[in-house]
Amino acid sequence: MESIAIDNQPLTWHVACRVDDIPQNGGACALIDGRQIAIFNFTRRGQWFATDNECPHRRQMALGRGMIGSHAEEPKVACPFHKRTFSLKTGQCLNDEGCSPIQTYPVRVSAGIVYVGV
Amino acid sequence: MSVHTNTRIVVIGNGMVGYKFCEKFVAKEKKGQSFSLTVFGEEARAAYDRVHLSSYLSCKTADDLTLAPADWYAQQGIQLYLGDPVVEIDRTSREVRSHQGRIVAYDYLVLATGSGAFVPPVAGVEKDGVFVYRTLEDLDLIQSYAHTVRQEGSGTFRGAVLGGGLLGLEAAKALLDLGVDEAHVVEFAPRLMPRQIDDAGSQVLQRQLESLGLSVHLNKNTQSITGDAVITGLQFADGSHLNVNLLVISAGIRPRDELARAAGLDTHPRGGILVNEQLQTSDPAIFAVGECAVVHQMVYGLVAPGYEMAEVVATQLLGATSQFKPFDMSTKLKLIGTDVGSFGDPFASEPECRTIVYENKAKGIYKRINISADGKQLLGGILVGDASQYNMLLQTCKNQTVLPPDPEDIILGSRGGEETGLGGVLSLPDEALICSCEAITKGQLCHEIANNGHTSVDALKKATKACTGCGGCTAMVKDLVGAVLNQQGVYVRNTLCEHFEYTRQELLDLVKMNHQKTYAAVLDAFGRGDGCEVCKPAVASILASLWNENILRQDRATIQDSNDRFLANIQRGGTYSVVPRIPGGEITPEKLIVIGQVAQKYGLYTKITGGQRIDLFGAHVGDLPSIWEELIRAGFESGHAYGKSLRTVKSCVGTTWCRFGVQDSVSFAIELENRYKGIRAPHKLKSAVSGCTRECAEAQSKDFGIIATEKGWNVYVCGNGGIKPQHAQLLASDVDKTTCIRLLDRFLMFYIKTADPLTRTATWLNKLEGGLNYLKAVVVDDVLGIANQLENEMQLLVDTYACEWKEVVETPELRQRFTHFVNAPAVKDPTVQFAPMRDQIRAREWA
Ligand code: SRM
Ligand SMILES: Cc1cc2nc3c(=O)[nH]c(=O)nc-3n(C[C@H](O)[C@H](O)[C@H](O)COP(=O)(O)OP(=O)(O)OC[C@H]3O[C@@H](n4cnc5c(N)ncnc54)[C@H](O)[C@@H]3O)c2cc1C
Ligand code: SF4
Ligand code: FES
Repeated sequence: MESIAIDNQPLTWHVACRVDDIPQNGGACALIDGRQIAIFNFTRRGQWFATDNECPHRRQMALGRGMIGSHAEEPKVACPFHKRTFSLKTGQCLNDEGCSPIQTYPVRVSAGIVYVGV
Repeated sequence: MSVHTNTRIVVIGNGMVGYKFCEKFVAKEKKGQSFSLTVFGEEARAAYDRVHLSSYLSCKTADDLTLAPADWYAQQGIQLYLGDPVVEIDRTSREVRSHQGRIVAYDYLVLATGSGAFVPPVAGVEKDGVFVYRTLEDLDLIQSYAHTVRQEGSGTFRGAVLGGGLLGLEAAKALLDLGVDEAHVVEFAPRLMPRQIDDAGSQVLQRQLESLGLSVHLNKNTQSITGDAVITGLQFADGSHLNVNLLVISAGIRPRDELARAAGLDTHPRGGILVNEQLQTSDPAIFAVGECAVVHQMVYGLVAPGYEMAEVVATQLLGATSQFKPFDMSTKLKLIGTDVGSFGDPFASEPECRTIVYENKAKGIYKRINISADGKQLLGGILVGDASQYNMLLQTCKNQTVLPPDPEDIILGSRGGEETGLGGVLSLPDEALICSCEAITKGQLCHEIANNGHTSVDALKKATKACTGCGGCTAMVKDLVGAVLNQQGVYVRNTLCEHFEYTRQELLDLVKMNHQKTYAAVLDAFGRGDGCEVCKPAVASILASLWNENILRQDRATIQDSNDRFLANIQRGGTYSVVPRIPGGEITPEKLIVIGQVAQKYGLYTKITGGQRIDLFGAHVGDLPSIWEELIRAGFESGHAYGKSLRTVKSCVGTTWCRFGVQDSVSFAIELENRYKGIRAPHKLKSAVSGCTRECAEAQSKDFGIIATEKGWNVYVCGNGGIKPQHAQLLASDVDKTTCIRLLDRFLMFYIKTADPLTRTATWLNKLEGGLNYLKAVVVDDVLGIANQLENEMQLLVDTYACEWKEVVETPELRQRFTHFVNAPAVKDPTVQFAPMRDQIRAREWA
């Protein structure tokens, strides 16, 4: 199950950054087509994820600086501001029912380059 | 006593103790024993809770107060005759005769006739509007009379109570509840509650009662009750007069011994049926229990000893032996709107004992404790205005618990977290009687809580009957539930999170033994899953506390809490704050100028913090390394405002300038700040050094605080401002600097190694078994023999200190992480916006 929810819409793959730009088991933010996208290199699981950089809670541009981890099997990121946690797969907020979800994006890595589908 | 075939027992009196006798008897009775139980009650109602009689006027119905309904007696096979007093005992034929003419034969007779209100021989007591306060019927009469008076509406409605003892004050409060316009208390003695509290306590109590709207008249000898058929006032021997429409007489109790006296049983000249320790009267077939009995030369006017008497007689009649031991007469006044308690020997005084008194006139609090001359035991005491410690003190007194070295802590409250200088409820012995009415021990309650899952007061009431008597133990039972659950919580170890089945302390030991230096190594060895925002920073802190390597190297950057990850506090809008270290708050003009220049250059808002240094807000993440580069060049270092580590060691100016200073507090503060800077701990650490007792640096609100004395330094630990302020406590006094530092090394390292994550020193101490005494034993007396090790571990941290910002500034691969966009390092976050404020900027309001 990948995070491509919008099968029918055409995806554009953008070059985001080099693999080394994103710390292992951590994240950073890339500017893609005017949009702030957080990219996570979940080395421990051998997976890459991408989400909005903006946290819906107080609309702070900070998820790329958030700490990643897991809740049971679900990979997640915690916002640095008030520790809302979001599923990296679905974007759903895991610890605050009232909080809106975040958008997730597919990631592809090839030859040391990270691509994000928007 | 061997097996009885149909032994006939007759109980005279169906009051609180008469009922309790029936309850205990049927509960103990075994199959095959055959008894017949007959009960005569004078009142028309089955036994009810007289202790809570007053609540009948405010909230309870007669049914609420009933101890057991009439059909309970039937179910138990007890023959109950209500509204039918016994009028004669024939000891030769062993029969009783009732008012209605019933004649019942007995093998054993139990007298539980209680007592009646004592009405002094004052002229006019027979007038309308004069009442006593003992039965539900009395209250019905008072209520309907008050109603009539109010209906007639003849001016101010004045009620008075004759007698300023325990019951009198309760009755006076009841008058207020009834809605009298004025309530007066008239007392013959020079103080209120003369039998329970001393003069000073009584004065405090009086002021409190007056503020509730009661008028108190002391030293008043009532000569007569004035009025024709109806009361109009009280005439006193000193010539004064008080107009009243209603009078409640509460001048003491008089045991109901008339039946016993007529039957030729021995009675006391001042009233009461004489019994021995088996509670037998001068006729061995006849027992007396409750308020009608005189045992150990006294009438016990309280329900708890009465219940114990019921137990003693029930036990004996069922064939075992039992004795009634002298009983504690401590009392806590209920319902009166202010707390009053007296326990043990409240009046014991010097020279046999030491008396400690605390009085706060403004708050209406008076506390007195009497302590044995050797300082070891609590003999008794008085509490007025704040009786929250009553139960603990009573238990300490009854169980002869050895007192702490500073017994005044018991009433002043220790200056640390615990409520009293005594341990919590759990420190009581298992045999301690918590509910004296029902004789329920601490051990029984703990068993019910821990093993049978009765974790609410209601459940415990059902399971044990605790709290169902006078209710005085309810608060303590609640405490006990909390403490037992808490204790279980400690046994159910405080493990980190779903990824680590270890407590922080366990994990720290494991990581140390296995020399792990990365998160991945620790997770692989001891954890599962991928970690989370709880265990990652906890492990990060452990690694830092153990090895003190740069927190951003190896895989450690991404396990740091977000502030640590960027070595700055993230603030509104996603900018960061910059706080250079200014040890002891001392700074040269040159350095001040650099701070100003840097702030100007990078457009930062500046503010003097509450920690004696300067905070620069509004820095873009990409600017942080350059800002620090400039600060470091001017000689600044990281202030660790972002870390769970030492913040500031505040100082006052001390002998450097201050005319009162006795030591050089600034130099010492700087020395301490430089020693402990950068050390990672379970939570942040704050400190201060004051140059004299005036304490301008507020050292007693810090995790460790030092106050100069003529002879050296006093060391305080485990204080805290913040969410729940707590004063620091004295660890050592008059020590020299070297000793002070050694003690601090041990203290801090012991805390670092044993505290749960994100636990400040104050909270840690509050949870530490044994509290401050234990901490002192470990840190000062080295009872665990680890002092050397702790000192060495601390020295390692001190020796390995390096400014982490300097390392980042000088290390390209660390420095390059400080960008907002990885793919456009020079671009600042365009969403960051500021608004003007005074002459500076502020973060834009967020969503
Ligand atoms: C700047 C300052 C307020 C000020 O403008 O004066 C401040 C600012 C913050 N305080 Fe504070 N506290 C500041 C002095 C205090 C003090 C007073 C003191 O230290 O003398 C206290 C009470 C004393 C104490 O801690 O015992 C204080 C009690 C807290 C607490 C509650 C701690 C507690 O245990 O209850 C927090 C929350 C926490 O640490 O979890 C907190 C947390 C914070 C944080 C770190 C919150 C955050 O993560 O953003 C703020 C960071 C500001 C920043 O970005 O730099 N701050 N804070 C003060 C910085 C002092 C310094 O130079 O380092
Ligand atoms: C307002 C008030 C508040 C109190 N507050 C407290 C308190 O906070 N704490 C505390 O420990 N104690 C308190 N007490 C005291 C407590 O109520 C008594 O200690 C307790 O009721 C004594 O029980 P008893 O069975 O010995 O007497 P009682 O409860 O008085 O029962 C005796 C019964 O025997 C009946 N009787 C008498 N003679 C005969 C006869 N010949 N034939 C048949 N029946 C007869 C009486 O009518 C009565 O019903 C309070 C009392 C009052 C009035
Ligand atoms: S008191 Fe609250 S708002 Fe003020 S600085 Fe401290 S944490 Fe921030
Ligand atoms: S802004 Fe992300 S949790 Fe509040």
